[in-house]
Amino acid sequence: MRPLITLLGLVGVWAAVQHFGAVPDYLLPRPVDVAACLWRQRGLLAGNAAVTLAETLCGLVLGSACGLALALAMVAFATLRRWLMPLVLLSQAVPVFALAPLLVLWFGFGMGSKIVMATLVIFFPVTAAAFDGLRRTDPGLLDLARTMDANPALLLLRLRLPAALPVIGAGLRVAAAIAPIGAVIGEWVGASAGLGFVMQNANIRMQSDLMFAALAVLSAMTMALWVAIDRALRWSLAWAPDSDPGVTGR
Amino acid sequence: MSQIATPGRLTDPPTALSTAPAIAIRGLTLRFGGETLFENLDLDLEAGRFTVLLGASGVGKTTLLRIVAGLETPDGPGGSVRADDGRPLAGRIAWMAQQDLLCPWLDAAANVALGDRLRGRRPDRDRVAGMLASVGLDGRGGVMPAALSGGMRQRVALARTLYENRKVVLMDEPFSALDSPTRLRIQDLAADRLAGRTVLLITHDALEACRLADRLVVLAGRPARLIEHPVPPGPVPRRSDDAEVLAAQGALLERLAAGIG
Repeated sequence: MRPLITLLGLVGVWAAVQHFGAVPDYLLPRPVDVAACLWRQRGLLAGNAAVTLAETLCGLVLGSACGLALALAMVAFATLRRWLMPLVLLSQAVPVFALAPLLVLWFGFGMGSKIVMATLVIFFPVTAAAFDGLRRTDPGLLDLARTMDANPALLLLRLRLPAALPVIGAGLRVAAAIAPIGAVIGEWVGASAGLGFVMQNANIRMQSDLMFAALAVLSAMTMALWVAIDRALRWSLAWAPDSDPGVTGR
Repeated sequence: MSQIATPGRLTDPPTALSTAPAIAIRGLTLRFGGETLFENLDLDLEAGRFTVLLGASGVGKTTLLRIVAGLETPDGPGGSVRADDGRPLAGRIAWMAQQDLLCPWLDAAANVALGDRLRGRRPDRDRVAGMLASVGLDGRGGVMPAALSGGMRQRVALARTLYENRKVVLMDEPFSALDSPTRLRIQDLAADRLAGRTVLLITHDALEACRLADRLVVLAGRPARLIEHPVPPGPVPRRSDDAEVLAAQGALLERLAAGIG
């Protein structure tokens, strides 16, 4: 409830700035105009939001699966870790968004390039979080497992992986928040559908109310995605000690 | 040194456990940061008996235990840990630490069978239930660790140790985090359930040592040496209000305090 009141307050400030600041409508539309546009263009916005959502979800699944797989492999095989970990760390320095034109060139104007973009954007946070979590297993547990003659693969899957899930969950929350950014940037560079495409078109035609409406839909979608993943993680990690009631509360 | 004879148990160990090996620890050396903690240390663990090891913090007790468990290798050449039957110790040792080390994502029953899960074997549900019942947690197999008290968690850890059914059990202050009455009860339980196994128990608790030990050794000095300490008479676990147990506890505390200097 409190976040909603804060949000309404911010909209109020926005309306006040627009009204008393004498800002032209094409620069900053009135909140009521944006709301009207949201309703008027609901069909267009919903259809394109579905495209962006599909790209985001595909990217989330692919990026999380690849990141988790690489982290598991690097923990299991020291050689792989030595050869790949520096590269994974360095890849952080590559501005993934700058690759967007190249990805559109390679994977086309359709959903493919946007899915690759979203995958790339979340791949690093998920890999880093998973690798970090998998390496920080309680040494006492590892000692216990050694005296139990644990099978190395089962040790990884049945002890280190579940023990790392709270940390991996933190990586997935970050991924949920940034995956839509990857998809939208891909759409800006070249697309025939999606919220990023709608925003780009509205921008060229100075339809700032439609731009704001698309932005609002995108924000709501990202928040809903984050909350859904946060809830799912809380439910599946009910055993993990967690004193933080979180943003969404319980 | 020992004025009081090491007492025997009232009952003979069960035949199934009579194969518990004696363990000979020879010539162990441990250095830490250029300092020699102990050098050429010898210790014999009698077959099927509780050997209790005491000593000040940082004297190297835990490392000694870890070397016996095969979790660490001794510094320098010549150190060895051997069973008297000549067979390797690996696969015959169960480990119980100060923390209960329960997996929070597994219920009590799955924690008891952790060893089987990690070895890729199907857990024996009947044995798991039996082990939980034997530590007083009958029917609590479905409870998650977070819902258990500290004493109950350590009981689950004891059940997990028993489920492994190893002839040698190494324990590193397993009851030190428990409140005194709970500790007393779980000591009785451990003494009963671990009877007939070769046990090395590290503790800071002089009363615990005097209640459970068939043999008492104190690791003290720098470099540290092992000193035998007399054990009160009577079968294990001895009563905590027994006059001789209390006297032995007092003498042991004095010795430990003298060691600190």
